[in-house]
Amino acid sequence: MSGPASILPLQVSHLAFEANGVRLLDDVSFTLQAGRRAVLLGPNGAGKSLLLRLCHGLLRPTSGEIRWAIEGRARRQAMVFQRPVMLRRSVIGNITHALAVRGVPRGERTARAEAALALAGLSPLARRPARVLSGGEQQRLALARAWATEPEILFLDEPCASLDPAATRSVEALIEGFHAAGTKIVMATHDLAQARRIADEILFVHKGRLIERGDADSFFDAPQSEEGRAFVAGELLW
Amino acid sequence: MDSFATAFAEAGALLVSFDPDFLSIVGLSLRVSLTAVALACLIGFPLGALVALARFPGRGVIVLLLNTFMGLPPVVVGLIVFLLLSRAGPLGVLGLLFTPTAMIIAQTILVTPIVAALTRQIVADLWVEYGEHLRSLDAGPVATMTTLITDARYSLATVVLAGFGRAIAEVGAVMIVGGNIDHATRVMTTAIALETSKGNLSTALGLGIVLLPLALAVNAAVQIINASASRRAVLA
Amino acid sequence: MVTRFAVLAVAFLAAFTAPVVADDRPLLLGTTTSVDNSGLLGPLLKAFRDETGIEVRTVVRGSGAILQLGRSGDFDVVLVHHPDAERAFVAGGDGLGRYPVMTSRFLIVGPDDDPAGVRAAPDAAAAMERIAAGPYDFISRGDESGTNAAERHLWGLAGLSPWTARGGWYRETGSGMGATLNMASVLSAYTFTESGSWTNFANRGDLAVLFEGGPHLENPYAIIPIDPERHPHVAARDARRLVDWLTGPVGQAFIAGFRVDGEPPFAPAR
Repeated sequence: MSGPASILPLQVSHLAFEANGVRLLDDVSFTLQAGRRAVLLGPNGAGKSLLLRLCHGLLRPTSGEIRWAIEGRARRQAMVFQRPVMLRRSVIGNITHALAVRGVPRGERTARAEAALALAGLSPLARRPARVLSGGEQQRLALARAWATEPEILFLDEPCASLDPAATRSVEALIEGFHAAGTKIVMATHDLAQARRIADEILFVHKGRLIERGDADSFFDAPQSEEGRAFVAGELLW
Repeated sequence: MDSFATAFAEAGALLVSFDPDFLSIVGLSLRVSLTAVALACLIGFPLGALVALARFPGRGVIVLLLNTFMGLPPVVVGLIVFLLLSRAGPLGVLGLLFTPTAMIIAQTILVTPIVAALTRQIVADLWVEYGEHLRSLDAGPVATMTTLITDARYSLATVVLAGFGRAIAEVGAVMIVGGNIDHATRVMTTAIALETSKGNLSTALGLGIVLLPLALAVNAAVQIINASASRRAVLA
Repeated sequence: MVTRFAVLAVAFLAAFTAPVVADDRPLLLGTTTSVDNSGLLGPLLKAFRDETGIEVRTVVRGSGAILQLGRSGDFDVVLVHHPDAERAFVAGGDGLGRYPVMTSRFLIVGPDDDPAGVRAAPDAAAAMERIAAGPYDFISRGDESGTNAAERHLWGLAGLSPWTARGGWYRETGSGMGATLNMASVLSAYTFTESGSWTNFANRGDLAVLFEGGPHLENPYAIIPIDPERHPHVAARDARRLVDWLTGPVGQAFIAGFRVDGEPPFAPAR
C-alpha cells in the first residue's frame, strides 16, 4: 500500500503526555518499520490508547517527538476505534463519505466502496442504516471504511473489546487480510490470546512506560521484564 | 359561551367559502414566515455549526448571546427594525417600511437566534460523537460542518419547524414594521388583533381557530419526522 | 451535494421574495384608529381609486404616532384629529397645510344604569366631575391620541387631573379605542370615545351613550400632505389629489352619506 514514497518508518522519541497534572505517558521511544504487525500490549489504563492517538495525530504530546518519514502523513493513515463511529447513513454511505472527505472523485467512490464491502462480507447490507448493524458488523464496516481509503498504516484501538468471539474472529480475519495486502497494522489490546494470534512484534506498555519491546515469539516464551512475565502469566497488573 | 359558538361558525364559514380576502391573508402569512425561516436557516445553520466547532476567544459570550436572543420579544425586534427602516433611520432610503419585505426582515431577525442556538447545541453534541472519526479522516472545516449538518438533518428539521412556529404565531414585529395594511401587509395574527380591537370577537376567534390547523400540521410534521428518524436509527 | 442544495435554496428564495420585494409605490396614508374603526376608509378610498386610479395604502396608529411618522417622512399624507398638534406639525415645516375634512362627535359612554348620573349632567365637564366624585371606574386611552387629548381637555375644564393620582378607578390602557372600549365593556366602566369608533364597535355589553353634543364634544379631522421640500421622496402629486378629492364636493358628499346601522358617524367639514 505504499505510494511514491512511504510514510514509514515512524520514529517516536521521548514521548510524554500529561493531563490535569498527571503524567500518563513518560519517555516512550520506538521506531515502527513497514511490514510486521505491531501489537501494543498491556493492562487497562496502561496508556496504549493514548499512544495510538498520539501517533495518529489526534492528540498533541506534552513533550517528545513523533516523526514520519515524509510530511502530509495524515492521509496515509487510518484508525479504527474500540466503539466504531457510525454515521447516520447507510452502510455504503459511510464508506463513500470517507472517500469524499479524502477527495476521491465522485465517479470512483461507489466502486471502491462496494469493493471494500465485498472484502468485509457486508455487501448484502449495503443499503441498511449503518446504526442498526450488530457490533461485529459495525466494526467490520469501520475496517472496510478504513481499508477503502487505502492507508499505509492502520491503527486499531482494542477493536474487539466489545465483541463476542465469533465477531472477534471475523474482525481478526479482516485484519489479517489487510496485513497480507501490505498495510502496516498497529493494534492495541489487553487480550493476551488475541495478541498471540495476531502479533509479529510486541510493545509492552505498563503505567505509561514502554517496558519491553521485541518479537512476539520471544516475548511470549520468555519476557525480559518482571511486569511482562507477570502479564504473560495471567496475573493482574494495574 | 356564545362567542365560542359563533366563532366556530365563523371559522367554518371562512374555511368553506374560500373568501379571497381571507385566502390572501393566509397566503401572505405563509409567504412572510416561510421566507423568513428559509433565510434564518441559511444564516443560522452555518453560524450555529461554526460556533459549535470553532475555538475563539469570547466563544462563551457568543453562546450566551445566542441562547438569550432566542427569547427576544417580537415587539422589541419590530421596534428596532422599524427604527432602522424608517425614513428618519439609517436604512430609510430603501423605503422598506410598511412592506412585506420589512416583515420578512423582522421575522428573520427573530428566528435566526433560535435556529443558530439550537443548531449549535445539536452540532456540538454530534461532534462529541463524530469528532475523532472526522479528525482521523483529516476532514477540513467545510467537510466537517457539512457532515455534521447532514447527519443532524432530522433534528435540524424540527428546529426549522420550531422557527416557523415562532414566526407564524407572532404579531408584535409584523404589526409595527408592516402596519397591518389592508391587502398589503395584513397577516393572520395582525388581522386577529384588528378584529379584536374592533370588538368583533367572534371573527377574531374564528381567524384564530383557522390558525390552529396550521399549528397542528407543524407539530404533526415534527412528530412524524421524529418517528421516522427513530425507526431508521438516524436521529441525532 | 452542497452546491445543488445551495442552488435550490437560492431559487426557492428568489421565487418567494420577488413578489414581496418588487413593490410598486402606492400612496401611503397614515390615519387614526377612530377613522379606521368606523369602516369609512374602505369604501371612501375605493371610491377615490375608482375615480382617479390612485391606490391608497393605510397605516393605522394613534394621532401622536401618526404625526411622529409624518415627521420622519414615512407617510405621504396624514389624516388625524388633534388640532393643536396639527398646527404645530405644519408650523414645524413637515406639512404643507391643514385641510379640514370632517367632524365626528365625542361621546361619554358608560353602564346603562349610569350610577354617576352622567345623563342628567348640565354639560360635559360636569359629567366628568360626577364620574370622579363617585369615584366610578373610568377607562382612558392614555396614548397620545386626539381622543385622549380631548378627554384630558374636558378633565381640565372640570379642574381635575386624575391621571396624576394613582387611583384605581382611572385606568389608562395605552391602547387604541377598540381595546379601551373592550375593557370598559367588560368592567362596566365609563369611558370617552367618539362616534366613528362607537358606531362600529360590536362588543358593547351594557355600555350606552350617556352624554353627547355641546361645544367641547366636537371632533374635527384634518388632512395634511407631507411637505416634499423636506421629504423629497413623498408622492406629492398623488397626495395633493387625495386632499383635493376629500375636501371637494365628491368626497364631502360621500362622507355625508356614510351610514353605520343607519347612523352617520361623521359630518362633512363644509
